[in-house]
Amino acid sequence: MDKLLEIRNLVKEFHGRSLVARRRSAFRAVDRVSFDIEKNTVFGLVGESGCGKTTVSRAILHLDPPTSGDVCFAGAMLEGLSGKELRSYRRRMQIVFQDPNGALNPKLKVGASLEEGLINLGVQKRERLERVEEMLELVGISPSHRNRYPHEFSGGQKQRIVVARALTMQPDFLVLDEPVSNLDVSIQAQIINLLLDLKERLSLTYLFISHDLNLVAYLSDRIAVMYKGRIVEMGSTEQIMNQPVHPYTLRLFSASPTLHGTLESSEKLQENEPVIQAANGCPYAGQCDRKDSSCLEQEPELRDIGEGHLVACIHSKPSYDRPPA
Amino acid sequence: MKLLVFASRRLGRLLLTIFLISTIVFFVIRIIPGDPALVVAGMDATEEAIEAIRIKLGTDQPLAAQYFQWLWKVVRFDFGESLISGQGVMDLVFQRFPLTLSLAVLGILISIVIAIPLGVISAVKRWSAWDYAGMAFSQIGMAIPSFWLGIMLLLILAVKIPIFPLFGSGSIVHLILPAISLGIARAAIILRLTRASMIEELSKEYVITARAKGLTERMVKYKHALKNALLPVITITGIQLGYMLGGAIITEQVFSLPGLGRLFLTGIYQRDFPLIQGGVVFVAIIFSLINFTVDILYSVLNPRIRIE
Amino acid sequence: MVKSDTAKAVEGESMDGRGNSEQLLQVWNLDVSFELERGTARALRGIDLTVETGEIHGLVGESGSGKTVTSTCVMGLLPVPPARINHGQILYKGSDLLKLSETERRRIRGREIAVVFQEPAKYLNPALRVGEQITEMLCLHLEMERDRATERAQELLELVGLPNTRRILSGYPHELSGGMKQRMMIAMAVCCDPSILIADEPTTALDVTLQLQILKLILQLRDRFAMGVLFISHDLAVVHEISDRVSVIYAGKIVESADRDRLFNEPLHPYTQLLLLSIPDAEKRGQRLKVIPGRVPDAEHIPEGCAFHPRCPLAEKICSQEVPATAEHAGGHTAACHMIGKKWINS
Repeated sequence: MDKLLEIRNLVKEFHGRSLVARRRSAFRAVDRVSFDIEKNTVFGLVGESGCGKTTVSRAILHLDPPTSGDVCFAGAMLEGLSGKELRSYRRRMQIVFQDPNGALNPKLKVGASLEEGLINLGVQKRERLERVEEMLELVGISPSHRNRYPHEFSGGQKQRIVVARALTMQPDFLVLDEPVSNLDVSIQAQIINLLLDLKERLSLTYLFISHDLNLVAYLSDRIAVMYKGRIVEMGSTEQIMNQPVHPYTLRLFSASPTLHGTLESSEKLQENEPVIQAANGCPYAGQCDRKDSSCLEQEPELRDIGEGHLVACIHSKPSYDRPPA
Repeated sequence: MKLLVFASRRLGRLLLTIFLISTIVFFVIRIIPGDPALVVAGMDATEEAIEAIRIKLGTDQPLAAQYFQWLWKVVRFDFGESLISGQGVMDLVFQRFPLTLSLAVLGILISIVIAIPLGVISAVKRWSAWDYAGMAFSQIGMAIPSFWLGIMLLLILAVKIPIFPLFGSGSIVHLILPAISLGIARAAIILRLTRASMIEELSKEYVITARAKGLTERMVKYKHALKNALLPVITITGIQLGYMLGGAIITEQVFSLPGLGRLFLTGIYQRDFPLIQGGVVFVAIIFSLINFTVDILYSVLNPRIRIE
Repeated sequence: MVKSDTAKAVEGESMDGRGNSEQLLQVWNLDVSFELERGTARALRGIDLTVETGEIHGLVGESGSGKTVTSTCVMGLLPVPPARINHGQILYKGSDLLKLSETERRRIRGREIAVVFQEPAKYLNPALRVGEQITEMLCLHLEMERDRATERAQELLELVGLPNTRRILSGYPHELSGGMKQRMMIAMAVCCDPSILIADEPTTALDVTLQLQILKLILQLRDRFAMGVLFISHDLAVVHEISDRVSVIYAGKIVESADRDRLFNEPLHPYTQLLLLSIPDAEKRGQRLKVIPGRVPDAEHIPEGCAFHPRCPLAEKICSQEVPATAEHAGGHTAACHMIGKKWINS
């Protein structure tokens, strides 16, 4: 199988702004993240706010270039490329964000928004209009609406338009960062189905980012769970759903509401106070109920526990506590 | 603790501002074409007299030297002597300062007393008679030139109906009319801001929470919303005070008050360079100090700022 | 099949205000509209809702369905122009809140019926200390002395699981994390021991693990204070996890209402069924989700007859002509649809 995207040891650091902060160590939003995405698959990145998943996507697309690490797209390393070469690769990687309101210029007619990228590529007017109409149809918006303004559309329609805009560039790879979180439940299903249809029709590859485990499990072929900038568990969807191993993954599972679960008001739950981090220990140790002394000394590496199922926990034996999904 | 760190940072900025102002003043005066000594001495002065004046002013020395001398003088608040009267510049300034200070403080008090309650009521009782009155006052207040107001006040309340003295500066009575004249214009601005700020706060979500908690309307408006609404008002009020302290020149002129404004104005007409220099720096320092105080006050009242 | 008044009386409901003491809150036929420039928006078109002591009643609906207007109306916070209460009753322990004076309603707000809102950062006053925001309620509603109130406020903060309560009491909301702010909001809501808690999307803005903690907290407090909870959300899974009874609201009307298990396992209304089919989870992998075409109608343009009919795969002529009555089915399961028993959605 072809690998469309190969990420190795991606690191993104942010520095404090004042002169004083610079002397302290920088904040690592993404800490040595590595994964591959095969062509025509959906790779799901799941984690809670602050785990670094959005930063990863921005680093891959070089919207915020990574501090270090390799991003290899269709066999080409993006790091050493010239401006022109980089642009031609970036055209093939597009992104759809969470908030369609922020993504669309309210002063531009929708058709004009879609044309912008094409103008930059030097595409002629007639072909531009054709492509814009084609894309709008593809996402289920009537092409005659291309002279309307964003505020004239509903939330779900705006999100479709954002997807159409991404597609006008004829990408191979689409990053979808919480694309349906702001939408109503009944609209979410429409957009999700649309994304799946488009993937089939246009042979697309997706990086799907979300905090919603159920949604990620539905869409993805492969899943990576992120916590504090690191991948703590990664594997095929079957592996992750049937045999989650990492304590954080298990916590995410038990916390994610499902249509079958019932919450019990069990033990008293204290607000978790962040434990002072030992510099070398496991980043999850502070909240882990399985930790022991060795967890505070050594940072666990991602280990293959069988058939490509990777876990970063020194206690990683497959757990049979959770019944198979 | 955070407050101290914040305060010391602001202090640093204050000192930096004063330094920059001093530098700018120095160079601006030097850039003006013409030899200051010549201007001071007059057209018919002899060469020796001019040279003597140059030495006195220090303009015979190289620029760099003059600059550092100047900075050193600023630090010691020594701005030399007035060319016209021979008195120390700072002496003159401090003679006049109390009057201007009183005027400014009185003016601001009048502003606040008029503007804030009226602004709050305007916001709370929108589209009522109070609101229209407030808005009208604000419009008129901003449109009226303060010298016109000053003259009218004198005309009506000092000439036609002799309640207040026409000129002079012995007691507080002499300050009332000028303070009103000064205060009205500022009040207009403060009122608009208070009204807008209060309206904005009343539309915020925490006000919904306050009502949902069953608090009385009075508590919702005056305990919850007002506190937030006043913050920007305080900042603006502080800045207004700064302007006033600079010497409300026109007002002092109209009312013949021997304050800072008249001092500097006279100095400008008379090309009294040391006085002008000293005056500008002094005003800048006062203004910066006020800004500094306002910042600190603001951060005491709005705890979120301290995190910066 | 509409329930007769006799049947209703037997089961403890009544139309004339003498409710069963267990039924804390009874909303009857509430109809609310808004006069806007672009027309009249019919936000609620005659809804019925009850909350019993110790019960968590989940109200599920998408945006624009009327769920927030419901909670605002119960709290008496509806801005009466442009809003208009056309008819209906809101019975709290037997008295109709709509007939009370503003002063009487104010006394009930916070004291008997409390609300927790969605985004605590926006819904908490940034200029007042945390302690003050709680003690003011205690002093006002319960006439507590300041010192005692401060003590009680600290106890409440501990009750909701906050650490360092002394420091938090004298601090400000912005010093707290998102989860802690929500806990504080909850502490504020329950401080006067209310009988009813309205939770309006309380966990929507929170991460999943935080959400779990807050939901558990609500459950614990429900037990401790024997409250009835009206839990409003658009998230069906969350509603499933926490509710005893569930009502589904669409375009200002309750289309279905039942015990939690009945509603989720045997949904009667096509909207409910389609919603459940359209929610993605791991088990549906490889299949397309069932999609509800179109979107929720604007409150100014609600379709004739059954508001859902333009989107409903089961719709027939009668659906566009007659508003379906709310009928009772087995086990207290109510639904409003002409096609129940005649046609089914096949998944």
